[in-house]
Amino acid sequence: MSAVADPVLPKRRSRAWVKFRKSPSALLGGAIVIFFILIAILAPLLPVPGPVETDWSAVRKAPSDAHPFGTDEIGRDVLSRMIWGAQASLLAGVVSVMIAVALGVPLGVLAGYRRGWTDAVISRVTEALLAAPFLILAIALAAFLGPSLTNAMIAIGISAMPIFIRLARGQTLSVMTEDYVESARAIGVGHLALIWRYILPNIFPPIIVQGTLTIATAIIAEASLSFLGLGQQPPAPSWGSMLNIAKNFLEQAPWMALYPGIAIFLVVLGFNLLGDGLRDALDPRDT
Amino acid sequence: MSHTPILQARGLKRHFVTKAPFFGDPTVVRAVDGVDLTIGEGETFAIVGESGCGKSTLARLLVRLIEPSEGQVAYQGNDIGDLSEQALRDLRAELQFIFQDPFSSLNPRMTVGALIEEPLRTHGIGTLEARSTAVARILTRVGLRPEHADRYPHEFSGGQRQRIGIARALVSGPKVVIGDEPVSALDVSIQAQVINILEDLRDAFGLTLIVIAHDLAVIRHMSDRVAVMYLGKIVEVSPTDALFRSPAHPYTEALLEAIPIPTVGARKAHVAIEGDLPNPIAPPSGCRFHTRCPYAIDTCRTEEPVLRDLGDGHQAACHFAGDLTLKRIKPGDLRRTPAAARRFDVYSAARARTDPAKTQHSSSREEKPHAYR
Repeated sequence: MSAVADPVLPKRRSRAWVKFRKSPSALLGGAIVIFFILIAILAPLLPVPGPVETDWSAVRKAPSDAHPFGTDEIGRDVLSRMIWGAQASLLAGVVSVMIAVALGVPLGVLAGYRRGWTDAVISRVTEALLAAPFLILAIALAAFLGPSLTNAMIAIGISAMPIFIRLARGQTLSVMTEDYVESARAIGVGHLALIWRYILPNIFPPIIVQGTLTIATAIIAEASLSFLGLGQQPPAPSWGSMLNIAKNFLEQAPWMALYPGIAIFLVVLGFNLLGDGLRDALDPRDT
Repeated sequence: MSHTPILQARGLKRHFVTKAPFFGDPTVVRAVDGVDLTIGEGETFAIVGESGCGKSTLARLLVRLIEPSEGQVAYQGNDIGDLSEQALRDLRAELQFIFQDPFSSLNPRMTVGALIEEPLRTHGIGTLEARSTAVARILTRVGLRPEHADRYPHEFSGGQRQRIGIARALVSGPKVVIGDEPVSALDVSIQAQVINILEDLRDAFGLTLIVIAHDLAVIRHMSDRVAVMYLGKIVEVSPTDALFRSPAHPYTEALLEAIPIPTVGARKAHVAIEGDLPNPIAPPSGCRFHTRCPYAIDTCRTEEPVLRDLGDGHQAACHFAGDLTLKRIKPGDLRRTPAAARRFDVYSAARARTDPAKTQHSSSREEKPHAYR
């Protein structure tokens, strides 16, 4: 041993990114999400009429050269409102899910890790929250916090939180029975390191999937809150509020509902593909 | 061999209590029911018994991975039951554990390098570079390559993973290592390889090794002393050779009897025990083995025998230990199957050739009178 130079460990390479790049669906999802984010950010620079500009000579007009996606019931350009609405909708979807994950996952892990009375308290409160329907809870919270987009996001985030608590708790309970957790205890790994290195990485995949699905629910929920005047404040647009108004004119002006609907569908699809891709890329097991 | 004691168990018990049903009392499983053990520094101590006898529970109790219901474990004379959580965690650098199943005992989300470095990192041993050198060194030591460090466990075979587990257990320089059936999940062809590595490292690091096993060939090959467990209790403790030569407990006899004689046409008197292990929820009265013991008489059904000293460190918990003329196993019967013996020998020889530092150790192990060959 002494005659030979000490062996050296090689540098670690990032395989998550390599794997992510190899998956066409993950790249497509990423592209869709980036596309909508760019639109949301660049809205002021795009050559479209203002989202609240009304044109009384063009009310509920079908798509044309002047208005590629048509106009709504008071002559506003649908394309412009969609572009400006992307901001509110993406924020409502992403930020509220981030709030839900940031609050729910730590609480769920804590309940599953500590068990006993900690678990009992957290679980009972979670069940109480789950007993109220998602939307009713969000509406009640939003009404309590006051009408604004920020408060709507907080309300949606808190309403979506119980799902993440339950999911994280269940996953933690199952990971805790794994041999590798016992092996960490046998080595003397502390609680925080154990949660950080063993539990979180192993409960992460289902949370990613749940998170991307909840983004869709949150976008729709923001629409409902807007409809009640609790979300995005009119006349400022969001996809959800556009859909809500459009449903009254489905027969006369279907384009009013069609395009925001497609946009929500695409964003949700994009986030789902991106989430699946992330989950697979971060899993060292499959290649 | 005389040793200073390093790990001692006194009156160790672990009862698992189920949740109380609506009517009646909760059931109590007496997995470990009063075990006294003294393990000497530097020895290899084997614990053997059939499935469900409490071996793994005992192993976990010895390092306080689970809390005992009663009794103490002392490490170097200090009761580890009294230690605070932090003190116990610090102690774990010296008391390590090798798990049975190499497929489930390595975190799939950590690289091999991170897994092996973890004990050092946890106990704050060495700088970042020193740790990475230590990881690379122990990887070569267990027959893997340093460049394996940035791979994930799933990329390795069972035998390689168990060697990763061994590296992880040994990297912090422990004094005592407990192996809970360290090779039983492995293919027979890999077992010899892993056992040889364990033996090498034991000798190189001066480890005290406690091996839980049900494979008598493995125990015969590597251990200095053996404890035989039955239904949560130790029924016989003895130096390995004496145990295999002249078992004092009928259960040990039956275990040895179950080793096949690797000779065509060989027959032996059949005293194999019948039936299953009795339910540990309601262990038999008196001697726990009386339900299956071919020699049992009325006393055995009522009075529980204690471990009695038979001289030369040989103890047995049988009313008739020493008096009973048990069928001794003829020395020729003790050997491993010829194929297994050949594998062990070829592998040892190969290792001795590649690592000159090892030759001196293998000769020292040679002094032990081996019954085989």
